[in-house]
Amino acid sequence: MSPRHRGVPHLVFPDASELAEPLLDVQDLRTFFHTGRGLVKANDGVSFTLDRGKTLGVVGESGSGKTVLTRSIMGLLPNTHLERSGSVRFAGHELTSLSPQQLRDVWGTQMAVIFQDPMTALNPVVRVDRQITESLRIRLGLDRRAAHDTAIALLSSVGIPAPERRMRNYPHELSGGMRQRVMIAIALACGPKLVLADEPTTGLDVTLQAQILDLLATLQRERSMGMILVTHDLGVVANRADDIAVMYAGRIVEQAPTKDLFSHTRMPYTEALLRSIPRLADPSHTRLRAIPGRPPDLAALPPGCPFAPRCPYAQDRCRAEDPPPRTAGAGHLFSCWFPVGSPEGEDALARNLAAAVPAALAFTGAVPSAATASSATSAATATSAATAITTADPVVPAPAGPASPDLTPPIPPGTPPTWKVGPPDETTGAEN
Amino acid sequence: MAGSGTAQLRGDDLLLRVEHLVVEFGKGQHRVRAVSDVSFDVAAGETLGLVGESGCGKSTTGRSVALVHPPDSGSVRFAGTELTALKPRELRQARTKVQMVFQDPISSLNPRRRVIDSVMEPMAIWGIGSADLRRAKARETLESVGINPGDAGSRRPIEFSGGQCQRISIARALMLEPTLLICDEPVSALDVSVQAQILNLLDDLKRQRGLTMVFIAHDLAVVKNVSDRVAVMYLGKLCEVAPPDTLYRHPAHPYSAALLASIPEPDPSAASSATAPLTGELPSPTDPPSGCRFRTRCPYAQEICTTDEPEMRALGPDHFVSCHFPLPRPADSTDPPAPGAALAAPVEAAPFSPA
Repeated sequence: MSPRHRGVPHLVFPDASELAEPLLDVQDLRTFFHTGRGLVKANDGVSFTLDRGKTLGVVGESGSGKTVLTRSIMGLLPNTHLERSGSVRFAGHELTSLSPQQLRDVWGTQMAVIFQDPMTALNPVVRVDRQITESLRIRLGLDRRAAHDTAIALLSSVGIPAPERRMRNYPHELSGGMRQRVMIAIALACGPKLVLADEPTTGLDVTLQAQILDLLATLQRERSMGMILVTHDLGVVANRADDIAVMYAGRIVEQAPTKDLFSHTRMPYTEALLRSIPRLADPSHTRLRAIPGRPPDLAALPPGCPFAPRCPYAQDRCRAEDPPPRTAGAGHLFSCWFPVGSPEGEDALARNLAAAVPAALAFTGAVPSAATASSATSAATATSAATAITTADPVVPAPAGPASPDLTPPIPPGTPPTWKVGPPDETTGAEN
Repeated sequence: MAGSGTAQLRGDDLLLRVEHLVVEFGKGQHRVRAVSDVSFDVAAGETLGLVGESGCGKSTTGRSVALVHPPDSGSVRFAGTELTALKPRELRQARTKVQMVFQDPISSLNPRRRVIDSVMEPMAIWGIGSADLRRAKARETLESVGINPGDAGSRRPIEFSGGQCQRISIARALMLEPTLLICDEPVSALDVSVQAQILNLLDDLKRQRGLTMVFIAHDLAVVKNVSDRVAVMYLGKLCEVAPPDTLYRHPAHPYSAALLASIPEPDPSAASSATAPLTGELPSPTDPPSGCRFRTRCPYAQEICTTDEPEMRALGPDHFVSCHFPLPRPADSTDPPAPGAALAAPVEAAPFSPA
């Protein structure tokens, strides 16, 4: 390996297949930044494990802390104004206690990241060949010729035609899809056991997105890597992740095996996120169930559950007490006092609807009466506390159909009410 | 694909009629025909969705319709007036009725001006009313897009989120009470939850004010949600024009079908396509393929596709495709009912002043 840091013993990583513990074990990870606006709690007690060959999808809106999570796992964080606690165990090593020199033994060869924007992540004044061979030569100690040959093999494995010619190109000479393929080739160059893909397809067209995601899945299978796929698009992870963690305000608010998450959604935020996506299966002009308001400021989190101000189920308890993680079946964790599909949750939603809470009305797609509309608007002008209302879906009479069919409980009555145990029911649609 | 021809045009009396639009950039060898003989029309109160991959010319088309970038040839008839023939002064006057909403909400507002001033600007330019009247109208418009005019008055764009800035941009576009709103990727920079808010808002405004819209986006699910008619673009040409429910159920052009198959559905039980339906990337528009422009990526391409450019032709009522070998539709299928009252007269105008 690298001759650069003599005197510091190299870390020894066992072969991933011989590992008794999970490949990655993150426990109670907290990443806080001291900023001019106060303490920003970007990750606030995140825990999960990932086995080799498995994919964890991390989903959340912008500002939910999902990118910081990948940086915090890698140790790619600034040295100052930072407060980090918790544990990141990777292949038997505790990463949080490693020195920057020791982390160099981890980066590239054990763990690699695919960044979102290939135009800014690639060096614009360095040719593709040197950007790929750099890590091969430094980390793996290959000579120039071997590194060059390996780089060409890598480029063709990520589906770049005429790789010899492309090696001489600068990033700006490549299209967006090509650049993202080069990013993937660089990340996989030294054969990492874990890949952190941070929004790998966000800037790309749908056709390219499908190509890149298929490529990642194939490479992952061939190398039996672990992968964390970070995205804001539930559609991207629905077919590609084994487990999904939904993040909100720096925490994982729900985590479950993918099928279970869609068919037995417990957390109102996950449910709201699913409902706000326009579906191809819906006829055109279907009214979308927008989530009113926007994610909270991580420097000034509200007391209690961070989703409470936007939640259709929220009660007084939610605004006062932080809900602890609870379980619902194998591997299904969520944090909510009034979970979706439970009797408490249905009662809470019914109460909020009766009280014409804006979030509950927006959620059901119910048409607010003229009285509610005008009172909401005047309340908005009166107090600044009502910002949630002003940013909410504007209260205008929607010409949508009758509201009553939407008021049924969000989980079909056929769903088993005992949600402590039980295998995921695959016949239940993900619609609710 | 290809798609010259005007079979998809309906009548002469529609609000917007674009014929044989051509837009070119650059000179000599580097000349790029970004929009190459595109024709479409939009009826009053209708939303036309324009969809395609990046680089297909959909934004350029939108900008040319507003004559932000004047077309090199072709005609843009808006409300009976040929916009391309107008003198600059007349064009400015006509353009008050055609407004645009852009993709990046934060950079399309001047960061150094107060939000209310940006919203009042269109009226100030035209010298409509007194400053007080303009301010009152701006407050009403902001209120109607869900922004509290009380705090908008003194704040600058940086103090608002992306979704709020997009609402403000929409308010600004509505100040001159346009009849046609061209939305160029208005939600692609926004989070899904906020995206739904803006889409609902646009739908409400359209109904309240009887707006006609050209909605440009790359996200097919979004386009389906807002549109009454969808036009699929590829490399500067139209592939297929149809109402959304028809297009999404029975895409006739191989490119439309490939685009649809690429969309990840947020449903793990949905059959996932084993392989990406489209391979390769968009050819360079400086040197487009001969014949049908989609033939280099088309799984059905034949000899004729390299030599003859397919013309737009009707497949069914209000379903047009430019392909030599359109995909067959199942025999038992019937068209879904028309997407509702979108084409009908505008719904009664909502009160413009706060209650």
